[in-house]
Amino acid sequence: MTGFLMRRFAAMIALLLVISFVTFSLFQLGPADPASAACGQECTPARVAEARVALGMDKPFLSQYVSYMSGLLDSRLVGAPGAQTVCEWPCLGKSFQTNEDVTAIIERALPYTLSVASGAIVLWTVVGVGLGLLAALRKDKFTDKLIVGAASVGVSLPIPVTGLLLLLVFVSTFDVLPFTTNEISSPFGEAGPGGWFLNYLLPWVALAVLFSAQYIRVTRGNMLETFGEDFMRTARSKGLSRPGIVFKHGARAGITPVVTMLGLDIGLLLGGAVLTEQIFSVPGIGFTAVRAAQAGDLPVTMAITMMAAFFIIVANVVVDAAYAVIDPRVRVS
Amino acid sequence: MTDPHESPSQTPRVSPSEPADAQVATLSPPPAGAPSTGTEKARAEKAAPVKAAEIDTGRSLLGTAWLRIRRSRIAVAALVVVCLIVLFAVLAPVLTAIEGQDPFTSRTGGDYLDEFYTPGLPLEYYRFPSTEHWLGIEPGLGRDIFARMAYGARISLTIALLSTLVSVVLGTVLGAAAGYFGGKVDMVISRIMDLFLAFPHLLLVLSLTPIMQSRLGGTALDNGSLLPIASLVIILGFFGWAYLARVVRGQVLSLREQEFVEAARAYGASRRSIILRQIIPNVMGVVLVYATMMIPTNITAEAALSFLGVGVKDPTPSWGQMLNAAQAGNWYLSDPWFLAVPAGALVITVLAFNLLGDAVRDALDPKSSR
Repeated sequence: MTGFLMRRFAAMIALLLVISFVTFSLFQLGPADPASAACGQECTPARVAEARVALGMDKPFLSQYVSYMSGLLDSRLVGAPGAQTVCEWPCLGKSFQTNEDVTAIIERALPYTLSVASGAIVLWTVVGVGLGLLAALRKDKFTDKLIVGAASVGVSLPIPVTGLLLLLVFVSTFDVLPFTTNEISSPFGEAGPGGWFLNYLLPWVALAVLFSAQYIRVTRGNMLETFGEDFMRTARSKGLSRPGIVFKHGARAGITPVVTMLGLDIGLLLGGAVLTEQIFSVPGIGFTAVRAAQAGDLPVTMAITMMAAFFIIVANVVVDAAYAVIDPRVRVS
Repeated sequence: MTDPHESPSQTPRVSPSEPADAQVATLSPPPAGAPSTGTEKARAEKAAPVKAAEIDTGRSLLGTAWLRIRRSRIAVAALVVVCLIVLFAVLAPVLTAIEGQDPFTSRTGGDYLDEFYTPGLPLEYYRFPSTEHWLGIEPGLGRDIFARMAYGARISLTIALLSTLVSVVLGTVLGAAAGYFGGKVDMVISRIMDLFLAFPHLLLVLSLTPIMQSRLGGTALDNGSLLPIASLVIILGFFGWAYLARVVRGQVLSLREQEFVEAARAYGASRRSIILRQIIPNVMGVVLVYATMMIPTNITAEAALSFLGVGVKDPTPSWGQMLNAAQAGNWYLSDPWFLAVPAGALVITVLAFNLLGDAVRDALDPKSSR
């Protein structure tokens, strides 16, 4: 196990380095010239040239990349020679728009994304796995057909549609929930857990409709497959109680793929629930990324893309390790 | 390269080739989802395709799929709806001509729009369906909603279908190459797949689309609406191939060990002919399943990007752009109909394609339990 983790860890670092390099190169191909974007609208050629020096873009591509990455190890100086400012460790550059450290921008946005992600994950896991299990137990009965039908519709509801519909019904028409405010970023603030809950309920539901539907399908499919296996028949013939069979034997094996999916989805969501945050004006990672992309703020988009990739890769490794722990049939090599 | 230097990752059991597929089908009862009409005719139909495929009289892949899809009422309904939507998109110019409207003419001023209470909101007659404007007119600019939806269907579907085509070609070719050649080719392609799978797609597409559009600007593609469409096709297509390639690679790894491939090698078939005549036809089932499922994903992706304002942009209509317009200025709150049209079109289309995808998978995948 330790050897496996070490190998995966090494591969993970390598993949992250490659991803950072690819992202860096992609963004360097960028919209004509980041320097003129950073410099603003009324910019003389001389000022653009100055901006190029300030952004370090006069140097060769490879040395730009190396100096960018060195910010992950130590704080570094950013800006034109003579007018350099310190970019604190861990440094991901400075925003073109506000000249703020990108790390600080991400730190500010992260609690919002965590708020959106945490509740949504709990909600869709409970609903998705619960209903999926129920459908599998009631296979071909009315309950099963109802749940499967609802799941088919659920996977076909794009988040913009669900989100705007929720806002229209619950906020505008019936006025039972508040529109999301950016003053509440955690359950520990002034508004307390209750205010936090009400504030994020709609974003959670918008995400959970889509994700629960997927989890229902996967859970149901896997449980049905597991129910047909030999060890389940053995458990039945041993005379175990039905809950004992379903939960101790069946769920443990049938749920493993769901755990995989959950791990990957958590990794994905930590990189920002782009659409949900946009619709509900939650200033999280995804919202920040959209704004930065629209404004051509390269350091911010690049840092967020790399961070999101980081979460996805870490989630992959964690999921592989968890797989081995949950399912005794899987042995890592 | 005479001998494979890597054993297949999966135990060589059911290949997706037709004979094996049919064997499984003979053993298992008809899919649970199929309505049990129970008539003799239905039974005869059920028996027929299996027999035909069993002796492998060369029934085509699509033929087999069609015979099985026909047994499920939901699948047939989904197929009909998909055909109607495609027809609708193709006939958009005809339909709007019948309506007598076009998607670009704007109507402002007191004759059409409210000027006092909610400035820009269409007057009640124009807000709802009428014989003049089948689905009303837009708030703000007063353009005909039906015409925009019809032309939007063309654009949304074109983007989804073309980007799926790009992904499928890339995924099949690269996946097959990785699986068949193995060794260094496999290693390089597999690492590239890992890289693509680890990228946060939406974020990257979000930030690359404007870059792409500014790069393509000034080229032959840069006339009106073609540019955003082309860049969406390229970007969505280019980021969708990796998953399919991984699946195809796995299939090819086990296929190339099979006797019929060995036989082809033994009678001296060229490598090109083995890949094209033996391997590719046998992975087409899997490719077809993933392609059908990729279409709704790409429809949603186009809608998402245009909704975020980086895909198709006003005045070019697409369903995502219409959603964007409905959210802009909170028009959907005062004129919910304006939201309902693109949202409804999007949900019905994605639902129909999803159900069709499920049906195709059930029809072609012997392991599917449903």
